[in-house]
Amino acid sequence: MRENKKRLNRTKIARSTAVHVILLLLVFICLAPIALVVINSFKENAEITRNPLSFPAALQFENYTQAWKTGRFALGFINSIKLTGITIIIVLICSTLAGYVLAGKRIKGSGAILLYFLMAMTVPIQLFLFPLYYAYARLGLIGNIPATSVILAATSMPLAVFMMRTFFLNVPKELEEAARIDGAGTAQLIWYVMRPVVSPGLITVGVLVGLQTWNEYLISSTFLQGEKNFTATLGFLSMNGSYGSAMGVLMASAVILIGPVVAFFLIMQKYFVDGMVSGAVKG
Amino acid sequence: MNQKTRRKINWNYFLIAPALIISVSIILVPGIMTIVYSFTDWNGLSPNISFIGLKNFQQLMRDGIFKRAIMNNVIWTVMFITIPVCIGMFSAMLLLNRKKTRNFYQLAFLIPYVLAPSVNAMLWLNIMFSPVSGVIAALRNMGLDISSPLASMKTAIYACAGVDIWHYWSYLTVIYLAALRQTPQDQVEAAMVEGAGSWQLFRFVYLPSIMTTVKMMFIIITIGCFLAFDYIKLLTGGGPAHATEVLGTYAYSLAFGSMKVGKAAAVGLVISFFGLIASSIYTYLTRKENMI
Repeated sequence: MRENKKRLNRTKIARSTAVHVILLLLVFICLAPIALVVINSFKENAEITRNPLSFPAALQFENYTQAWKTGRFALGFINSIKLTGITIIIVLICSTLAGYVLAGKRIKGSGAILLYFLMAMTVPIQLFLFPLYYAYARLGLIGNIPATSVILAATSMPLAVFMMRTFFLNVPKELEEAARIDGAGTAQLIWYVMRPVVSPGLITVGVLVGLQTWNEYLISSTFLQGEKNFTATLGFLSMNGSYGSAMGVLMASAVILIGPVVAFFLIMQKYFVDGMVSGAVKG
Repeated sequence: MNQKTRRKINWNYFLIAPALIISVSIILVPGIMTIVYSFTDWNGLSPNISFIGLKNFQQLMRDGIFKRAIMNNVIWTVMFITIPVCIGMFSAMLLLNRKKTRNFYQLAFLIPYVLAPSVNAMLWLNIMFSPVSGVIAALRNMGLDISSPLASMKTAIYACAGVDIWHYWSYLTVIYLAALRQTPQDQVEAAMVEGAGSWQLFRFVYLPSIMTTVKMMFIIITIGCFLAFDYIKLLTGGGPAHATEVLGTYAYSLAFGSMKVGKAAAVGLVISFFGLIASSIYTYLTRKENMI
């Protein structure tokens, strides 16, 4: 009996170890390329081409100062923050208001509008990109950061509306009725009653839209032409073309881009994971 | 009288207006314009636009690159509805009972997912695939005769998909894990009392319980595959010799490379058509699940 229990215990430990080995292998696959970039960002060019897998001989930050200058990251990060910030503000305001209206079916055609947003969620960018580009070009809006934010906001809007609507659906009806009886108007209702209840939702949507906008490639590379309008990622991409030989500098710039995103993700992980899941799994 | 009309104003119309106006002017109106342009020979600049009927579509039917692009989208879809789905499901099952370490693994897996495609692509181009400074170079130094998989017409599309899958699969882990955790615990316990093994537990208890999510993800993945653009554009730009061209990159290079906006619009319409089929199924399923 005792022997049996011992054996059971042993298989359990063996099993658990095997699981962790597999999981760690997956972690390795995810992080190895990133780790290699970090390692090589401290090396000189010749050192990298000799052996990209070796550790740096000395810890030197010259690549980083060089990268910061050639990638124009000071400007790039400001542009990225502008682009992302404006997009988040537009999306949050519009999707909160729309989510509030659609959650209560407060207007005629709520169903049709929801259906429209559902379809808009899956529309390929190439369906509206070309006429939009030439219209923007005619209006002189190419390279205009706020104007590009509007496009990015439009692409994130459907999902944001759906998420905000779900948050409003979870607000108890009694809360709203009580406020109405106390004589609150729609504006007061939204600001004093709804906003505190749905503010976790606002953070979730903000985090999700923020990361998506920060990372976006197709729209921002098409509409933000001209070096002074480049976001951090676009500056980094232009480096790859013109700075092909200085690998160490390129690796350092990659780390400069990876660092803030990973830090932001780790701080906001809960909201991020919640946002990802609420889009796909119903709780 | 005056008061009556004032009371009739439904402020909710004003509240929904900003979201609708932005969406309609950025997506719906240009979308309709794309449909119109697909029947023209517009080059993006010239004020003379003439309607040429179905000529763009007829040309596409005879276009080898277009056929290859569709084929590549199909390859892409087949790879994406198998490889990341399996890894995602497997890792989610492994994480399900690891209460203490679950969060750590999930976060580590998600890091490639939260990085920008441009960063990920540069990372793989320069540190993995590069024959000068990448892992490929290190393997060559060790005497292996290999070259970058991106350089070969046969393997390039798989290499691109591989990088995208590397970045994407953990998203599915998170989604599946969240769904798995909603499996009623009494069902799991009942199955365990009856002596079900891990596979049987998965097959007969967990999988049926998350089937809605699995189906939904299949559709979302399929839609995403027809929209594939970022990784291909960044890794190969559609090359070598159009070997990795997908509909998304082909439409883009037609519009901005060879200035055939009419033809690009036609390709955009084809992408939308595939997307529409998938999204109709998606809408149907969502409505069936009583979301609207």
